[in-house]
Amino acid sequence: MESKSGCSETVDETSSLERTEQPAATCLCSVAPPNVSKRKDWSVLQAILVGTISLAGWGILYAFLESFAQWFTYHLLGLVPGTPLASAVEFFLYDTPKVLMLLALIVFAVGVVRTFFTPERTRAFLAGKREFVGNILASALGIVTPFCSCSAVPLFIGFVTAGVPLGVTFSFLVAAPMINEVAVILLFGLFGWQVAVLYVVTGLIIAIAAGWVIGRLKLERYVEDWVYKAHLGIQAEEKPTWQERVRFGLNSVREIVGKVWPYVLLGIAVGAAIHGWVPESFMASIMGKGAWWSVPLAVLVGVPLYSNAAGFIPVMQALLEKGAALGTTLAFMMATIGLSLPETIILRKVLKPRLIGVFLGVVALGIMMVGYLFNLVM
Amino acid sequence: MKTVKVYGPGCARCKQTEGIVRMAMEQAGVEATLLNVHDYQQMAADGIMSTPAVAVDGVVKVAGRIPKLEEVKKWLRA
Repeated sequence: MESKSGCSETVDETSSLERTEQPAATCLCSVAPPNVSKRKDWSVLQAILVGTISLAGWGILYAFLESFAQWFTYHLLGLVPGTPLASAVEFFLYDTPKVLMLLALIVFAVGVVRTFFTPERTRAFLAGKREFVGNILASALGIVTPFCSCSAVPLFIGFVTAGVPLGVTFSFLVAAPMINEVAVILLFGLFGWQVAVLYVVTGLIIAIAAGWVIGRLKLERYVEDWVYKAHLGIQAEEKPTWQERVRFGLNSVREIVGKVWPYVLLGIAVGAAIHGWVPESFMASIMGKGAWWSVPLAVLVGVPLYSNAAGFIPVMQALLEKGAALGTTLAFMMATIGLSLPETIILRKVLKPRLIGVFLGVVALGIMMVGYLFNLVM
Repeated sequence: MKTVKVYGPGCARCKQTEGIVRMAMEQAGVEATLLNVHDYQQMAADGIMSTPAVAVDGVVKVAGRIPKLEEVKKWLRA
């Protein structure tokens, strides 16, 4: 993109932004607490009752998923156990409802939690924090604060003008997209809790380290000049009621699950096909431990590849089973989910090319190190 | 007359928001000046950190999500 004006938006710039915002349509922008008109308020007792019953129903349904998938595959469809078709069908029938149910539950919980963490509050909390401690806090808050890559620029301006150090702001910007609830649920549902925890912990470490390095490098002069001069406005906030928080959680289930379910279905279908028909150890030569170049290649391919976690992770899980190394797989996922080209292009509005380069470089380096580390120890 | 500002860099969700505000103005029969704010400096000055956002007469009513039609009508009538 062009000059460092920033304040005057030409028609051309806007249209180029529209184009780059296209993939952002799939970004799982969660939403702010609603000021929806209050319908009938529930009593506390009613709310607890409804909550307990729904949770119990969810648990019973979840417990029966595996036997249902087996019954459907082998009795109803009469498929022969051990054949590629049978294992693909069973995989699909078990994993699809499992992942969707997990998504609904966790997205609801995260939605409620997020009503406590608005970007405004996170900013006020981080302003003036020392580096390192600030980096840790920012990375952690990046997980729970509602964030959408479409809002990366106003959020960046809001943070730095309020006195949040540059490196701390970057810790937030790395953690927020990389560690999102959809990715973590899919990892948990398909790879197991160990990989999900591994992903969250290493993602946090990368965000902390990358932000800290960027802060140490003193790159403030590579922020567009007008940003620090921007006048900062503060808006008063209303505190949502519990009913509103719950309603907000339900809204995010409707919005997020409503948006990602086709990708989950498609991803698991492709994964199921790989599961059934691709020969064992097929991936070993391409993404196995032995191929040292596979980690940087995975990151290099992953960064421009913008994919949403929902469709992507099931495929990766199937590839892992066919001999891809865990480190390489993790690196590929982190690069794809955490670093996105559209977001980077949008950030060009407030960052000079040099700082964008450092940002991409530092984060990519961190992801590669994670990849090598896990290929080495696992 | 009220002034309604719709904040957004021009993404799909921001356009949707603008459409809803227009429809609300029509349905509520309230005349208002609709301004689209694409400029990030202006957003910062008005305290906007997540888009799409809508402000009526300088008070931010919603940020970070698409408002519902009924909500917007209520703000316009208030």
